[in-house]
Amino acid sequence: MENTNKLNTNVPLEYQTETGKLNILGFWIFLGAEVALFSTLYAAYFALKDGVMEGPLPIDVFDFNYTIIMTIVLLTSSFTSGLAIHEMRRNNIKAMVVWLVITLLFGAGFLYMEIAEFIHLVHSGATLGTNALWSSFYLLTGTHGVHVAIGIVWITLIIFQALKRGLTPDTAKKVFVSSLYWHFLDFVWIFVFTGVYLLGMVK
Amino acid sequence: MVEFIKDNLILNDPMIVGANISILLTVIVLVFVLTYFKKWKWLWTEWITTVDHKRIGIMYIISALLMLFRGGVDALLMRAQLTVPNASFLSSQHYNEIFTTHGTIMILFMAMPFLLGLMNVVVPLQIGARDVAFPYLNNLSFWSFFFGAILFNISFVFGGSPDAGWTNYAPLAIEGSPGPGINYYLLGLQVSGIGTLLTGINFIVTIIKMRAPGMTLLRMPMFSWTTLITSFIIVFAFPILTVTLAMMTFDRLFGTHFFTLTAGGNPMLWANFFWLWGHPEVYIVVLPAFGIFSEVIATFSRKTLFGHKSMIISLVVISGLSFLVWVHHFYTMGGSANVNNIFSITTMAIAIPTGIKIFNWLGTLYKARIQFTAAMMWALAFIPTFVIGGVTGVMLGMAAADFQYHNTYFLIAHFHYTLIAGVVFACFAGFVYWYPKMFGHKMNEPIGKWAFWFFTIGFNVCFLPQFLLGFAGMPRRVYTYLPEDGWTALNVVSTIGAVGMGIGFVIIVYNVYYSLRHSKMETTGDSWNGRTLEWATATAVPPHYNFPVTPVVKDVDAFWQMKQEGTANKKDIEYEPIHMPNNTGTPFVMSIFFFIAGFGLVFEIWWMAILGIAGSFGCMIFRSLRSHVYDKGYYVSVEEIKRLEQPFHKEA
Amino acid sequence: METENKNVQANRFPWSQVIGFLLSILLTFAAVWVGKITDLSYSQIAIIVFAIAFIQAAVQLFMFMHVTEGEQGKWQLGKMFSAAFFAIVIVAGSVWVMNSMH
Repeated sequence: MENTNKLNTNVPLEYQTETGKLNILGFWIFLGAEVALFSTLYAAYFALKDGVMEGPLPIDVFDFNYTIIMTIVLLTSSFTSGLAIHEMRRNNIKAMVVWLVITLLFGAGFLYMEIAEFIHLVHSGATLGTNALWSSFYLLTGTHGVHVAIGIVWITLIIFQALKRGLTPDTAKKVFVSSLYWHFLDFVWIFVFTGVYLLGMVK
Repeated sequence: MVEFIKDNLILNDPMIVGANISILLTVIVLVFVLTYFKKWKWLWTEWITTVDHKRIGIMYIISALLMLFRGGVDALLMRAQLTVPNASFLSSQHYNEIFTTHGTIMILFMAMPFLLGLMNVVVPLQIGARDVAFPYLNNLSFWSFFFGAILFNISFVFGGSPDAGWTNYAPLAIEGSPGPGINYYLLGLQVSGIGTLLTGINFIVTIIKMRAPGMTLLRMPMFSWTTLITSFIIVFAFPILTVTLAMMTFDRLFGTHFFTLTAGGNPMLWANFFWLWGHPEVYIVVLPAFGIFSEVIATFSRKTLFGHKSMIISLVVISGLSFLVWVHHFYTMGGSANVNNIFSITTMAIAIPTGIKIFNWLGTLYKARIQFTAAMMWALAFIPTFVIGGVTGVMLGMAAADFQYHNTYFLIAHFHYTLIAGVVFACFAGFVYWYPKMFGHKMNEPIGKWAFWFFTIGFNVCFLPQFLLGFAGMPRRVYTYLPEDGWTALNVVSTIGAVGMGIGFVIIVYNVYYSLRHSKMETTGDSWNGRTLEWATATAVPPHYNFPVTPVVKDVDAFWQMKQEGTANKKDIEYEPIHMPNNTGTPFVMSIFFFIAGFGLVFEIWWMAILGIAGSFGCMIFRSLRSHVYDKGYYVSVEEIKRLEQPFHKEA
Repeated sequence: METENKNVQANRFPWSQVIGFLLSILLTFAAVWVGKITDLSYSQIAIIVFAIAFIQAAVQLFMFMHVTEGEQGKWQLGKMFSAAFFAIVIVAGSVWVMNSMH
């Protein structure tokens, strides 16, 4: 914890303090843990999806075009989050906030679509308790969705802090770490899309 | 409300009622003492909200000793029941509950916190740092562990203990066990798991980023190395447990079908996931133990650890392999020959790096002038005893042979030989060795040696016969047996050994009291003529900032090298103000909310669960909004440093 | 290394993000094409789309998240590589083991 105030102005704001560097490295380690977490959920889906059981099959109830749109929406939000960091490093707080708000709008759009999809699935007879396939489907996508929801609240809080206190090493670090988190949500979704939706549609 | 308490408070078992009363009395006495001596504020500011890694470590160790007491009582109750055939001391249900809580508590609430406690006390000192990377999270780690442990432990007085074994296999734990017991298991572990994961992240960052100048990775002391590798294993293994526990919680509370017998669920998947976490968990507890032995053996052999580099390489290899052997816990579940063969090979492969370590310790001892201190005796006893555990492990690792050994007392004896000889001996060795660092005086050596002899002899008398009982076919987890089974004599011997271990533990606790009264205070920071930086502090108990001036490292065994060069005790030091983190109360509050959420879920009281979850998120938001104020920390002034370093200057 | 001239770089056009974005979209549709349009067998499709998914994940890591950035870039990269290894062990291992149970 020493020398927290010693600044190295040759690097981006978020790396200037010792605390900033520690937090960013710590967050990467945390993302490693998140990989293990989602891997386990993913393993459960793959281990359970072929059991003999009643209830609708993914291929019958998935609307694949809808999922592609969801995927593009989340991917775009990941892109705009990257642009926000780009603007932050140009010290352009207004543009950064604009991109962050756009990111959040796309994130909210994704969440809305996911909830609508869940409602559709429940009406088609695929609920949490229907069978092992759908239990593991909801736990995997639901955990991802909860992460998105938490991300939205978190980034909203950070936007307010950045607006209130301006771009400091502290706020820059927070924006940067939250953007890592947001990219990671798309990182996870790539595999959910590929393994659950795309392979679920292959006969 | 009254109905709810009446329904769940266990009053029909005299032993549990006795426990109830003694817990109540202890609480009353504690509250009285704290109030009478006006210590509440002291408790809050000096301990509960502390971010000092040494104090957090001490709190971990105290909790671990309490849990060792509870787990030990469970063990003695089991031995009492099994001493003679057809005993009716415990009912079968009570016996099930006791072996479940014994296993769970010993691994997760005793071994892990004991080691995490020692890591907390030692590692920042050993790498020459002022604190861990995330002091706030460190406090949160401790409290979420603590409240998780409480949540698990209240099960036996309120609602009933879990009874499906510490492995908690489905379907027994889902269809076979109604009532709140298993929920306690699932949520208690969940809450304490948060703390463990955070500790893992914390120590990785601390060790990567905060080593003293000159301490390259290859110059890092072995205990810090094992902590680093253990933390990596924690970060990859604990999320698996989190998810697995969540799945079973969903199965039990929300009607999902992960591990159920119906609707496509697969109970075997629980075993698969449990051991995907569970095997790495074995290495999470045993690797730091190896680190402790390495430090103790090097210090009391007065030599640099033999084969420092090969030790590190074998550590890394073990950490990778630890994730590739999980199936050996369920060979008999019906895996194909291919699966069992491959996992037999990976399992036996682990013996190679572990063997390298044994030879390194022997190489260190070879031709050394050994000092037989109590800490060293634990370490010396560890080597042969652990080899027995390891060799029987290779026997069990062969899938074909495992069909004979599995689920017998042979297995029980094997893992106690690894976990007690490996982990518990290490905890005691580390406790004695670093005791002066924590409390400023040594533990009494003769009493410590009495404890050692009682415990180690008791241990061997207890568990060697169990190998034979296993060969004679005695299955594990049975609450009684018949006279004509022919297991009586060995069981009697085993129980005598268990009593010996119990006496050993009591002597250790007595030694804490005795040493507090009678031991001389240490006058220097270097109690054992140590080799690593934790002994380089000016006072026996380091001040909260650890080092007034950051040490510079030039070699493995940094402090030894300084002493050789005569640079260890510089007198004319220019101090500078030191930046330190603030105390914090939020993690304590947040952990109480975790507890509330957990308790609500155990009894399916939804408003309480939602309150708890909302409260914990509220704490996180509070932390996020306040972190810029909190992170500022404060400065220790030069006058303050001079005052705290005084004893050292006076002596000079 | 990269961090030292980051402030200078920051004034340029965000090439890495834009290229990453385009690549991601391209790869997504490539995967869809392989899965939906071609008539390869299930296992062939699975291998190809997972390969594509890993490439796309790498795009996120390197082009959006700049995993090698900062003083500890190597540790970060190492962490992600080991995470990938353990992810494969967890998923492929579990599926293989569970499918071989009788």
